[in-house]
Amino acid sequence: MESLTLSDVEQKYYSDLFVYCDTDNTKKVASNGRVLDLFRAAQLPSEVVLQITELCGATRLGHFGRSQFYIALKLIAIAQSGLPLRVESLNSVKDLPLPRFVVGKNEAEARHAALYQDTDSQGLYPASAHGVIPRPPGRGHQNKKGPPSSTSLPVHEVIQPLAPSVESQPEPTSPVVSPHQSPPTSPHSWRKHKRQHSGGNADRPPVVAATGAVWTQFREPQTGPVSGDGMWSSHSPPPPGQESWVSFTADTPPSSTVPAMHPSSVQESTTIRTVASAATTNEIQRQSSSYDDPWKITDEQRQYYINQFKTIQPDLTGFIPGSAAKEFFTKSKLPILELSHIWELSDFDKDGALTLDEFCAAFHLVVARKNGYDLPEKLPESLMPKLIDLDDSAEVPEPTADVGYSGSPVEVTPNKSPSMPSLNQAWPEMNQSNEDTAIVHPVPIRMTPSKIHMQEMELKRTGSDHNHPTSPLLAKPPELSEEAKLPASMKFVAANTVGDGYSSSDSFTSDQEPITRQRSQSGTSPEALKVVAPPPPPPRPHPSHSRSSSLDMNRTFAATTTAGQPQPSTIAYPPAVPPRPLPTQTSVPHTGHRVEAEAVPGGGAVLTTTSPQQIPQQPNFADFSQFQAFAASEQPSSLPEVDKHSEAGQVDKAPEGAGPLRTVKSDSQVDERTSTTVNSVKGSSGPLAPPPKPIRRRLKSEDELRPEDEQHGPQKSNVIAAVLATQPSIPRSVGKDKKAIQASIRRNKETNTVLARLNSELQQQLKDLLEERISLEVQLEQLRPFSHL
Amino acid sequence: MAVCIAVIAKENYPLYIRSVPTQNELKFHYTVHTSLDVVEEKISAVGKSLGDQRELYLGLLYPTEDYKMFRKLHNSFTDVMCNPFHNPGDTIQSKAFDGIVSGMMVQTG
Repeated sequence: MESLTLSDVEQKYYSDLFVYCDTDNTKKVASNGRVLDLFRAAQLPSEVVLQITELCGATRLGHFGRSQFYIALKLIAIAQSGLPLRVESLNSVKDLPLPRFVVGKNEAEARHAALYQDTDSQGLYPASAHGVIPRPPGRGHQNKKGPPSSTSLPVHEVIQPLAPSVESQPEPTSPVVSPHQSPPTSPHSWRKHKRQHSGGNADRPPVVAATGAVWTQFREPQTGPVSGDGMWSSHSPPPPGQESWVSFTADTPPSSTVPAMHPSSVQESTTIRTVASAATTNEIQRQSSSYDDPWKITDEQRQYYINQFKTIQPDLTGFIPGSAAKEFFTKSKLPILELSHIWELSDFDKDGALTLDEFCAAFHLVVARKNGYDLPEKLPESLMPKLIDLDDSAEVPEPTADVGYSGSPVEVTPNKSPSMPSLNQAWPEMNQSNEDTAIVHPVPIRMTPSKIHMQEMELKRTGSDHNHPTSPLLAKPPELSEEAKLPASMKFVAANTVGDGYSSSDSFTSDQEPITRQRSQSGTSPEALKVVAPPPPPPRPHPSHSRSSSLDMNRTFAATTTAGQPQPSTIAYPPAVPPRPLPTQTSVPHTGHRVEAEAVPGGGAVLTTTSPQQIPQQPNFADFSQFQAFAASEQPSSLPEVDKHSEAGQVDKAPEGAGPLRTVKSDSQVDERTSTTVNSVKGSSGPLAPPPKPIRRRLKSEDELRPEDEQHGPQKSNVIAAVLATQPSIPRSVGKDKKAIQASIRRNKETNTVLARLNSELQQQLKDLLEERISLEVQLEQLRPFSHL
Repeated sequence: MAVCIAVIAKENYPLYIRSVPTQNELKFHYTVHTSLDVVEEKISAVGKSLGDQRELYLGLLYPTEDYKMFRKLHNSFTDVMCNPFHNPGDTIQSKAFDGIVSGMMVQTG
């Protein structure tokens, strides 16, 4: 055999055909029967066929190997284009159109058979076979034949009738009547054909479109309108005409053109994707497009799909529930098994509902299937749901996932996104639920760290009963958030859940130091209170810490990562509990001051009792320091120092989370001291003092905290007092820039603190989990005896 | 390890059975059937929510590895169930499910 050079298109086409003929799946030899059928479908005189067979060497070999097959196909193409059969012409003919096979039905059937495996194929096969036989000869090129002729027409005819029929009666029933239904008979350009599977058949049912396209190619524009626009529309091909198909194709009732169309269209489209001689280029384009990316959805198709989506679900961002989708797609008359498969492919997030993208993909697959394309095993890239409604660009599922995921957080409510039954979707839920549990959802916080937010969360945490550091939950959120990549929203959500009430103010204002601080303070104040209580509920520190820390951390991270600004520090604030006691003891002015500044509204609210003062004060630390510097605070003298301290402390206070704790503790202690200034100092010193301590404290017992507080108390109190005193009273005027710098420093420190705290909390969670695991394994062991039968 | 995987419906008929073809399938099917007895025994003993049942399964299987396997199987099973076109009670014909099961069987031996 002479060597054969094939273009890519040809290569692919031939390869497909070879596969089709390779019934024994030998990959090497095409079964003679099939090959012969195929050749017959080429509608060449039998002498020519014989000649071809001989030329390709099959006669010599006795069978059709791959090369022989390819050569034969090429020769067929040559013959079909009217050129003399010469071996030399194999490679010399340029731009040879692909061989056309009218078989259509047969192949379609075959495909179906392959697709459906038993029952279906069998059902189809006979029909197809039946159809095929008469077809080739008769059909010939009768694209335009009227529907009635379809009976005798193999797919090919089907196509034709379809076309006319389509034209005559676009089936309104077909679910997918493509909007593009252009005037039925209008010759649809090849292009349309191209789009077929994308669904455009204007008039013709997708199948027809495919076939139509094919036909046109075959026959020249007669059949024209393949317009793949409405794939469904193609279904509409006049039943009568299609009857042959119908019966043939599907075991489905004749009336449904669609089914009929499928087989035929499928066949046509698949086999006949060739380009009519007339439209060689078009064909090639089409083919190449179909070959290269048969799953691409064109704009028209997409628009059509969107319209259809709207009929079911007016909200384009909403979901179509499974039941509705089932009804809709059942109208396509595809076998349930195929629909099931399509569903599996298109429901990317496995949530039992279809988003717009998923719906378009599903629709597209249905159309393609109806046109005879086999369903892929995996969702093609171009059909992957994406966040953005693009035509190409295989977007990963992630977008959907993200959408879904973000959707929930965005809602900022503890509720998760609508349908996330799948485990994947569980994450967001977890996040939210976790938050409620007050654990810190360290995770989610990509969000721009907003102190306020954090504070809120803190507050919520402290205020509410999030005591359980649901360790697993804790762990999860972080992951989730990261995955979710939701910026603030995530965090927010997390925060919200935690705080339940936070959400509202969760502004991710980055520089809400004061506010966040306040929040944290306020949050801490509850904690403080708790601390005061005999055994401050351990969870408190944990949850609060965790929350705060997690929040903080998250925010911090988010801030750092995203904003990379001082914001992180702001986040940190919440964790750093501004000296609680201070607030109470500290001058109200602080609070007032603070509050106004960023006023932790939430914080204040949360705090409820004593904390209000504290809260404001605490958060104010950071601010206060600045204030202190400026204003003549209650302790003017100390202020300057305090300011510095406080500022420093504030910065240090990065671990605000800890801070709050400490403050709480210190508050209690401070209370003892009963010196507002002291408190304030403490508060401020708190931050100054071992910023890390607060964090640690949280994790540790409160006792530890207490002592620490005590130790730091005095210092802190001084500082705090100073700070507090100064802050409220100090107008922000002077040190604005200084303040900013300090604030940022503080934030960073807070962030650090928060992170450290978070780390420790996570460690604890890990330990818990390990313990659980151990216990579970023990149980398993006990049950093991039963496992062996 | 997994030479046979079966999904049994509530009514005790198999929705899905797959065995490593090299083995005696019938024997496996019997084994599966008898395992139902164990499951049933456990369920009746526990009679709790899904979580517990799940534990039962975990208990039946070997920990860790099988746990993952079961989970994976369960996930794919839920995916199948989520499919609106799937009628409960029908045999499971999902290709994706098949794929996953095959994967599990092959890897486990």
